[in-house]
Amino acid sequence: MSKLVVRNLYKVFGFNPKLGVRLIKEGKGKDEILKETGMTVGMSDVNFEVHEGETFVIMGLSGSGKSTVIRCLNRLIKPTAGQVILDGQELTSMKKRQLIGVRRTAMSMVFQNFALLPNRTVLANTEYGLEVQKISPAKRKAKALEALALVGLEGYEDSYPDQLSGGMKQRVGLARALANDPEVLLMDEAFSALDPLIRSDMQDELIDLQHKMKKTIIFITHDLDEAIKLGDRIMLMKDGKVIQIGKPEEILANPADEYVERFVQSVDRSGLLTAADIMSKPWTTANINKNPLVALSECKKYGLENILVTKEGRILCGAVSASALQQAVHEGKPTLHGITKEDEVERIAPDTNIKQIIESTLQSSVPVAVVDDTGKLMGVIIKSSILRTMIPGRGNGHDDT
Amino acid sequence: MTIPRLPVGDVFAEIVDYLRVTWNGLFAVIRNTIEFLVSWTERGISFMPFWVFAIIIALIAYKRSGKGLAIFSLLGILFIQTLDLWAATQSTLALIVTATAIALAFGVPLGILSAKIKPVNTVLRPILDLMQTMPAFVYLIPAVLFFRIGAVPAVISTIIFSMPPVIRLTDLGIRQVPAELIEAGEAFGSLWHQMLFKIQLPLAMPTIMAGINQCIMLSLSMVVIASMIGAGGLGSVVLTGVQGLRVGMAFEGGLAVVVIAIILDRLTQGKTSKNASKI
Repeated sequence: MSKLVVRNLYKVFGFNPKLGVRLIKEGKGKDEILKETGMTVGMSDVNFEVHEGETFVIMGLSGSGKSTVIRCLNRLIKPTAGQVILDGQELTSMKKRQLIGVRRTAMSMVFQNFALLPNRTVLANTEYGLEVQKISPAKRKAKALEALALVGLEGYEDSYPDQLSGGMKQRVGLARALANDPEVLLMDEAFSALDPLIRSDMQDELIDLQHKMKKTIIFITHDLDEAIKLGDRIMLMKDGKVIQIGKPEEILANPADEYVERFVQSVDRSGLLTAADIMSKPWTTANINKNPLVALSECKKYGLENILVTKEGRILCGAVSASALQQAVHEGKPTLHGITKEDEVERIAPDTNIKQIIESTLQSSVPVAVVDDTGKLMGVIIKSSILRTMIPGRGNGHDDT
Repeated sequence: MTIPRLPVGDVFAEIVDYLRVTWNGLFAVIRNTIEFLVSWTERGISFMPFWVFAIIIALIAYKRSGKGLAIFSLLGILFIQTLDLWAATQSTLALIVTATAIALAFGVPLGILSAKIKPVNTVLRPILDLMQTMPAFVYLIPAVLFFRIGAVPAVISTIIFSMPPVIRLTDLGIRQVPAELIEAGEAFGSLWHQMLFKIQLPLAMPTIMAGINQCIMLSLSMVVIASMIGAGGLGSVVLTGVQGLRVGMAFEGGLAVVVIAIILDRLTQGKTSKNASKI
């Protein structure tokens, strides 16, 4: 079911926005309207739906209208025309009071530059959204502490924002948004102000959190890497218009037009790379002679659905699924013999061109194994290692995770 | 052909006359209120012996700023007492406290309005310029006409002179609150008063404190002038000294003003710089 529906949304900034919308509908472009009337088109005819529990990424360069879109969702900006519908309720026609209610309970926002109150402690910042709802101090403290624990900030309740690093500040921003227990989380370039390593950590943590919380997240970014990593679906915007909506792999595989293609292509160097270039060290493997319980705990530790099984000399035997392990533990089997499936795993040579394996990697939940001619496991290729190669500025794609 | 002279002065005099006659009742109310405030403030201060007052100030100074200011305050007030100027200082303090309190009571809300409503700002700005730059002697006479001689016109002219920085800096402080914080406030569903009291005012506080500090300093600089229309206190000590060519007496009065000025300045500034470092 669609949690949030956006229909024919327009925003024109200027002296006569309605006129601007009319001009857009007559087919005039953004530049033309700016030249003729001096009005700026923020976005034109934006349509999309966000499903419950989905991470929906809106991606575009600066000036593409993505920030305008997200601000129209909680009406920090009032759209000139069109509808925003949350759970069947139309936000665009709501009275101020009702709207404030929605902002307090249904939607929370995380900001690019954190937007923390410098005169309040971490705890008091986190409580802000509850405080304006006049929730009792004890209750809001409990909720805020819970949210802070969720983002890993226990023990920092009494710190002030300027005592924290950028990454920690944004955790507070996230905790403040989560404390309200909103259904929809709006994240406006939430990680863009962070340095690359911290950003990557925060992305991982958001993914983990999302596993637990299953919120509907709308995430804005200008970074395709981030969009691919986080998004269940991505919406690409340019000049205030929606260019393409789709799953990350769809967008990479079938760019809707030249603009998207340029984005994707400039990053698609997959033709040049071999399996050895992009493989990563397997996080973990299971020894075929060990007890299934060991392998199962490894699976749980890393959240794997399947684990690769090797014997002496790291020779690959096959893979076994977590559910099969569970079964084996239940039945009290002493080793992994018998439950290891040899042909579950695709084996490739280190010099295989990765174009040949993109399909199979993206579809399977078992990693593709890179083996040398003696059958020794050298590395694995998983979905993210393929996607990473398509992003510029990633060196030769060596995975460092 | 000669350009006719505009009768600005005559018109102003007419207006003053008209107001004085027609609004006499209103002025009487203002006069009584301020008189009441000043006399009770003075009674409040003179109620305690000078050393109790000195200790209280020193304690506040210690809390706000530190040991240095606490010792300075203690010695400063003792110094004033040894000059036999404590009684005069009490009247001066009463004037300043009353004037500052009234200036804040009107200045802060006006500053908020000015920051939030553009036309208010447009109208206020030239008025504030006028209040700050018009020589004090010009409104001293009308003040006497409206409020008679004594502490009341002194307080009024002090307010006129010292209120503009409160309004200006409150306005500035609120405008300086980063747009993203305002957005955050809105995004979490703040009502207008929650926005004001939970976000805008706390963040503007260091700037507002600077305004309060300026207000107090400007009030002090008005004491001597105000003594010309019969306000007692340190100003009249200086004035009597100057008029009688008693150089030493005028100097002593002046020194006492400086001591009070330094104590009050550091007391209000100490707070400002502490808050500023937190932001």
